[in-house]
Amino acid sequence: MSDGFNVLWIQSGGCGGCTMSMLCAEAPDLATTLESADIRMLWHPTLSEETGAEALAVFERVLAGDIRLDALCVEGAMLRGPNNSGRFHILAGTGVPTIDWVRRLAAVAHNVVAVGTCAAYGGVTAAGINPTDACGLQYDGRREGGALGAAYRSRSGMPVINVAGCPTHPNWVTETLMLLASGLLDAGDLDVYRRPRFYADHLVHHGCPRNEYYEYKASAEKMSDLGCMMEHLGCLGTQAHGDCNTRLWNGEGSCTRGGYACINCTAPEFEEPGHAFVETPKIAGIPVGLPTDMPKAWFVALSSLAKAATPERLRLNATSDHVVVPPAVRDIKRR
Amino acid sequence: MSANSAPEGTTRLVVGPFNRVEGDLEVRLEAAQGRVEAAFVSSPLFRGFERLLEGRDPRDALVIAPRICGICSVSQSHAAALALAGVQGLAPTENGRVATNLLVATENVADHLSHFHVFFMPDFARALYADRPWFPRAEARFKAARGTAVRAALETRTTLLHILGLLAGRWPHTLAIQPGGVTRGADSRDKMRLAATLRAVRGALEERLFGAKLERVAELDSVAALERWRATGPEGDFRLFLEIAADLALDSLGRAYDRYLSYGAYPGTEAPLYARGIFTGEGLGDVDTSAIAEDHTNARMEGRTRPHHPFDGSTFPDAEDDTGYSWCKAPRLGGLPFETGAVARQIVDGHPLIRDMVRRAGGSVQARVVARLVETARTLIAMEGWVHALRPGERWCAQGSMPGHGRAAGLTEAARGALGHWLRVENGRIAGYQIIAPTTWNFSPRDAAGVPGPLELALVGAPIRPGESTPVAVQHIVRSFDPCMVCTVH
Repeated sequence: MSDGFNVLWIQSGGCGGCTMSMLCAEAPDLATTLESADIRMLWHPTLSEETGAEALAVFERVLAGDIRLDALCVEGAMLRGPNNSGRFHILAGTGVPTIDWVRRLAAVAHNVVAVGTCAAYGGVTAAGINPTDACGLQYDGRREGGALGAAYRSRSGMPVINVAGCPTHPNWVTETLMLLASGLLDAGDLDVYRRPRFYADHLVHHGCPRNEYYEYKASAEKMSDLGCMMEHLGCLGTQAHGDCNTRLWNGEGSCTRGGYACINCTAPEFEEPGHAFVETPKIAGIPVGLPTDMPKAWFVALSSLAKAATPERLRLNATSDHVVVPPAVRDIKRR
Repeated sequence: MSANSAPEGTTRLVVGPFNRVEGDLEVRLEAAQGRVEAAFVSSPLFRGFERLLEGRDPRDALVIAPRICGICSVSQSHAAALALAGVQGLAPTENGRVATNLLVATENVADHLSHFHVFFMPDFARALYADRPWFPRAEARFKAARGTAVRAALETRTTLLHILGLLAGRWPHTLAIQPGGVTRGADSRDKMRLAATLRAVRGALEERLFGAKLERVAELDSVAALERWRATGPEGDFRLFLEIAADLALDSLGRAYDRYLSYGAYPGTEAPLYARGIFTGEGLGDVDTSAIAEDHTNARMEGRTRPHHPFDGSTFPDAEDDTGYSWCKAPRLGGLPFETGAVARQIVDGHPLIRDMVRRAGGSVQARVVARLVETARTLIAMEGWVHALRPGERWCAQGSMPGHGRAAGLTEAARGALGHWLRVENGRIAGYQIIAPTTWNFSPRDAAGVPGPLELALVGAPIRPGESTPVAVQHIVRSFDPCMVCTVH
């Protein structure tokens, strides 16, 4: 038994972007963050010195039980094809499909963490005709199953923890690992798609700076407009689970702050919305996707009322790329 | 296939998983008398992004294509936006052009910093170099994941990427770059914030990486000047690298064809910041994109009977195939392999130091690394000017409409070199989408004539120490290209 919380990281059918995002951890930086919970990377594709035979030796020691594997982190989808052989991704230097390495390592892991939507559900790698028969570790899109099967439990008794996101926020990953290392994450802390609730119990809509436009249905009509992007530009922020607009990215960013739609990248099958990502599908002029927990009749009634009450300022600013009418400054003594 | 039968008297090594590169890489070596005699570079992961894109609304390319790669995401986005703009006949607004340059440059500089500090230099902190005079400094600064320079560089990179947080929402995977410009404008206070971020990055690099002003690095003009920097220049990681490079003769390691391709980087009102062109033994030339073709002979792909221009290309993986040794196709320009990357951009642009280095000793491990650092300095200086050039209140995004039919190529420069997307739209849907990424060029397999790709040639002659299963010289050469394997096959 070694000290600390040992993490082994494997990449497969993905872009590496969740690692690239994780390296952006700040205040404190990634190394300090991980050290704060005594988390140790046994091997990581981007960070470790060991290459080739040296890296495989680490894998073998884990499989032999010489090193305890506290968390197996998998980034990228599992590729089952072609013809269930897994040969669309052979782990370099081994001749063995990566999906088989993951199954072997998952059998000895105390926890398994799917990092990103590809590893969780298949994600973009499973889009369209899904040429590689890609799936997630324990989900195939919205269906349970995937590479490890619905019945899989790690040695801790937990199912695969799905830190979904495309990419993941650095802190979604580090905080999940820190909670695991501290013994503070159990099955009740995961939502219906097994995403950690500490970020999945929020909606992207929470804290969106376009909320005032949303309230009055003052909508953006084209890219770069300031208005709410739900009505025309495909924004799913009112339905997407994530704390993107309260936690913020790379300093002070989020998708909606960057001027484009939330595409619900923490959700299984977000890659196939059934329409263009940046266009809102409508039936009789009403967006098909209603805000979470909102009855349709109320949405329609409130929308028409809000539209009737839209202040001129919001109506004009909504279709401009900068504020053309600032909020009035009122004399606070004359309410 | 020659890859599967080594000549007598040679030994074979399979190196993988090859980490501290983006994505998965396997290199097979045939060696004799302590030298590499032949190398076969394999990309062992296939995802099929070109197929995922077919049939979709063309605008979806801006969501799907960046997700090819988590480290070149903005460059992939830029290439997709350029291809869509080409089909629409749309040009970005002036603000959109400048802001896009800032976004692409931010990612490229961040990638150069990651490459030098996190991917490349830690190999000199390996215990096998413990007898070298520079080892204690290399180990303190660059031990993988722990060295002081590794950690500091990641913090600097994080600061730099705040530019993408502010102007593009996040990194990676932004939708901010559009065919007509960008989705988010900047106001005057944003410009101040961007200037402060760039000042912090400049300060960190001038203090620790270069020990000197960025301008002094950008103005290096000859091998003699570089030698002076090594002998008497300011203390810093750049000088430490030059000392290591001289000791290990990295200027004579890893030479490929000395044939370079750049699509030109950072569009300007008249010319790009870094010129477009090719550079070969015959000097400078134009890029004739009609002469680009991909050969499938050694890729596990159908369509081996002839090379394919990317407008006419296909991606049908051949699951039964055991003759190909990579999922990577072999791109050729005028039938020849080309190297791409910072060294190509700087030599095509006529940077005197890089020209001098390649003229004297050819494109080497050292030339590739120096070119990246010189480019980091040059690009940061340009970025400061672009922040100044943003015009709050003027338009950020031109609007166009997608015709039902059309085709266009989106050509840009990622950190690792020439990146092209070839888009065909039919009946309002994507009918064809072919991508040739920088490492597709650099890590190409052999073509129908048996001509190796640039890395495959660069590895020939690499020394192998007794007992080495993962030769360190091979690692230096491979990482000097800063390969991005997820882009390579996509």
